[in-house]
Amino acid sequence: MSVQSPPQPPPQTSTRTRLRLERRMEQPRWLNILAPFILIIAALLVGALLLSLTGSDPWLIYRRMASVAYGSKYGWSDTTIKATPLILASLGVSIAFRMRLWNIGAEGQLYMGAFLATGVALNVVPPESPMWLMLLTMGVAGFIGGAIWGFIPGLLKAKLNVNEIITTLMLNYVAILWNNYFIYGPWSERGFGLTPQFPRNAWMPRFTDYATAVPALRGVTAHFGIFLAFFLAIVLWVVWRWTKWGFEVSIIGDNPQAARYAGINLSRKIMVVMALSGGLAGLAGMVEVSGVVHRLQERFSPGYGFTAIIVAWLAKLNPLAIIVVSYLFAGLLVGADEIQPAGIAQLLQGVILFVVVGGDMMLRYRLRVTH
Amino acid sequence: MSDSTPAFEMRNITKRFPGVLANDRVTFVGEKGEIHALLGENGAGKSTLMNVLSGLYHADSGELFIDGRRVRFNSPGDAIAAGVGMVHQHFMLVPVQTVAENVILGQQDVGFVLDTAKIEAEVRRIGERYGLPVDPRAYIWQLSVGEQQRVEIIKMLYRGAQILILDEPTAVLTPQETEGFFHTLEEMKAEGKTIVFISHKLDEVLSIADRITVLRQGKHIATVPAAGMTKPELASLMVGREVLFHIETPAIEPGEPRLILRDVEALDNKRLPALRKLSLTVRSGEIVGVAGVAGNGQRELAEAICGMRPITGGSIEVTGDNVTGAPPIIMIEAGIAYVPADRSAMGSAPNLSVAENLALKSYRIPPIGGRWFMNRRTMREQAEALIQAYDIATPSADTPSRKLSGGNLQKLILARELSSRPQVIIAAYPTRGLDIGATENVRNLLVDARNQGAAILLISEDLDEVFALSDRIDVIYEGEIVGHVSREEADRETVGLMMAGERVTKSASNAES
Repeated sequence: MSVQSPPQPPPQTSTRTRLRLERRMEQPRWLNILAPFILIIAALLVGALLLSLTGSDPWLIYRRMASVAYGSKYGWSDTTIKATPLILASLGVSIAFRMRLWNIGAEGQLYMGAFLATGVALNVVPPESPMWLMLLTMGVAGFIGGAIWGFIPGLLKAKLNVNEIITTLMLNYVAILWNNYFIYGPWSERGFGLTPQFPRNAWMPRFTDYATAVPALRGVTAHFGIFLAFFLAIVLWVVWRWTKWGFEVSIIGDNPQAARYAGINLSRKIMVVMALSGGLAGLAGMVEVSGVVHRLQERFSPGYGFTAIIVAWLAKLNPLAIIVVSYLFAGLLVGADEIQPAGIAQLLQGVILFVVVGGDMMLRYRLRVTH
Repeated sequence: MSDSTPAFEMRNITKRFPGVLANDRVTFVGEKGEIHALLGENGAGKSTLMNVLSGLYHADSGELFIDGRRVRFNSPGDAIAAGVGMVHQHFMLVPVQTVAENVILGQQDVGFVLDTAKIEAEVRRIGERYGLPVDPRAYIWQLSVGEQQRVEIIKMLYRGAQILILDEPTAVLTPQETEGFFHTLEEMKAEGKTIVFISHKLDEVLSIADRITVLRQGKHIATVPAAGMTKPELASLMVGREVLFHIETPAIEPGEPRLILRDVEALDNKRLPALRKLSLTVRSGEIVGVAGVAGNGQRELAEAICGMRPITGGSIEVTGDNVTGAPPIIMIEAGIAYVPADRSAMGSAPNLSVAENLALKSYRIPPIGGRWFMNRRTMREQAEALIQAYDIATPSADTPSRKLSGGNLQKLILARELSSRPQVIIAAYPTRGLDIGATENVRNLLVDARNQGAAILLISEDLDEVFALSDRIDVIYEGEIVGHVSREEADRETVGLMMAGERVTKSASNAES
């Protein structure tokens, strides 16, 4: 009858104030589009805090970095040089990520692509052959080199269900050491950690090579690999949006069980996707040795394959967004070269990844106060 | 119990989700020593209401009283401490631990070193007291689904639950097990405990409940004593209109055999034999029901036919072609449609749109699929047409399928599977968890397909469904077909006994029905 509380201690329910994470039922669309920008700004703010702790003026540093990277055509050229392999490698990892295959071996795949492209340039195609033949062969070789390095974890995953995170990570070290063996051993130039320079027809054309025709291009050392990167980004965008193959990948990525149920051959797809993913990273290695270094040498990649993971993630695996984000990270690398203390680029990259991963969760959840 | 304070009282509970008012000022009261059934269609707000009572959700407004005291639950732990326990439809047990270990899981006061003997004795005592026999030392993975359910209930009783919420508890039980289970409920009721019983099965609700509360579209519709109510009355309260329970299945002469299984053997996920020399035949224009308690090889049977599970022996023939061991794509091309038991885990890709899910199989072939490309405009047009034809309630064809209710997701799957005009349909638990309206709908779709000549294998543990739809019934037990009965000679007792593994010869089954 009556619901008066008898004089007893209250039941064991908490009356404290609590913070709870609640999953958002819907993510507003504007939030999804704005998210990367918000996250990057947040990351820069956190970075600024860290920088000011080292006693420097973050505002000054950021301004200087921006003007170095984006302030002149030479800045844009340098940024493009770094963006090129980054775009290709990011497109590569994004293919695997679309299917929830965590290929973190782009760095190794990049090295193997560079390795095979170098082998072809130095030992297979005669130096006097036409440039288009040389570059085409190197490109195919670079793709195959990376593809093999992606295919191996794919095969192990598909047939034996071996965790691809472990295998792709470990194969990075194998690839780098494999390269070291060749550049210090059979292919070494006088025992240094590099090969002889490629013949001229194995150099990817640069904008500055056309300076006689267009004087404005003088000193613009960016190479034509950027066209390949743009082209492949558009191809991938079309593949995801309009092809049966892309649709199958998105089904597998969302629900592998449903994909199997729909008659999709999962293991074949895993192998193909991993090979393609590695192949694009291999192309990144090829354009880097052909367009920038003109030989294979130790540590020719400042970790493009690892940065690619961050780029792909931040771009939400959208091929066109990968171009934008790659330019941002490339600018970070270029700008940081000019800045003390050294290592700022890596610091900011780390902070950005951290904020992105954490921030992504804040987008999917919201904070609720209960008491 | 002379105490007349209600065991719990939920007053004007409102819970809103984005775009949905799940509970709209619902008042729901449970007395001590009563079995109170909570009825309603899917999406009526039953689960939401019970999740509020068991501390999983927080009501936006409204008050909750336990034994007369106002409470606020911030977690299921708070609810358990206040004596409210819920047994979910999907059990929350750790398979590699023993019954006793599962029972004390999450308990704070068991100390650092477990007094296993004491816990086991207590589990045994509770089991005997309430007629829930289970070996405290058995591992969960060794137990049948019915036994696992007992563990869940014991877990709640061990924690001193006075109010027990059971979400569709009989869905996993044979008719015989259900009877035993009802005795348990009566025992608990006699002790003054309150039982909230969520069910779709009106017969059961009428036979066991003292009072019945009906929700519809988030609102409280009625609370009535069970005595004196009839099935049609309850159904119309739930649906808001008259419901036909009888489905017309015109007599048609079955045609040629479309699906033939001979001595099929397959392993389950633990690599133990799941199908043992199983044979069956389905002909054009007939529905063959496979009746059985869950976990007797039904899932493996469906998957083996659809090429998703390798078979280790025997042969499968579809429309005269031997397709033994063929992959899913061959089975799809052979004309097998599959309505899987798990709608969201297998039947759909939750983050893809409704249109994409409708095209999950047809994207390969014209008019949607070309050599390399797919025509998304055609895909969308087809989706719009299917949404219309199959009456799928969705905001648009671009909505992610995870936002659909269970019934609408099932309609989506049926739309996809049936619209391809399949030769053979494998329908596993096609109406599980669906409300009356949606169930009626799904059953009619299956019968229509049969009338148009499809061969249908209906796998279900719901005897009502098997009896209502099937032309013939095969009973499965431990991976074998242990009995065949035709629709005319089928009676619940015989089939129930067969489901429990008893081999009943044809002559012994009486054909009174």
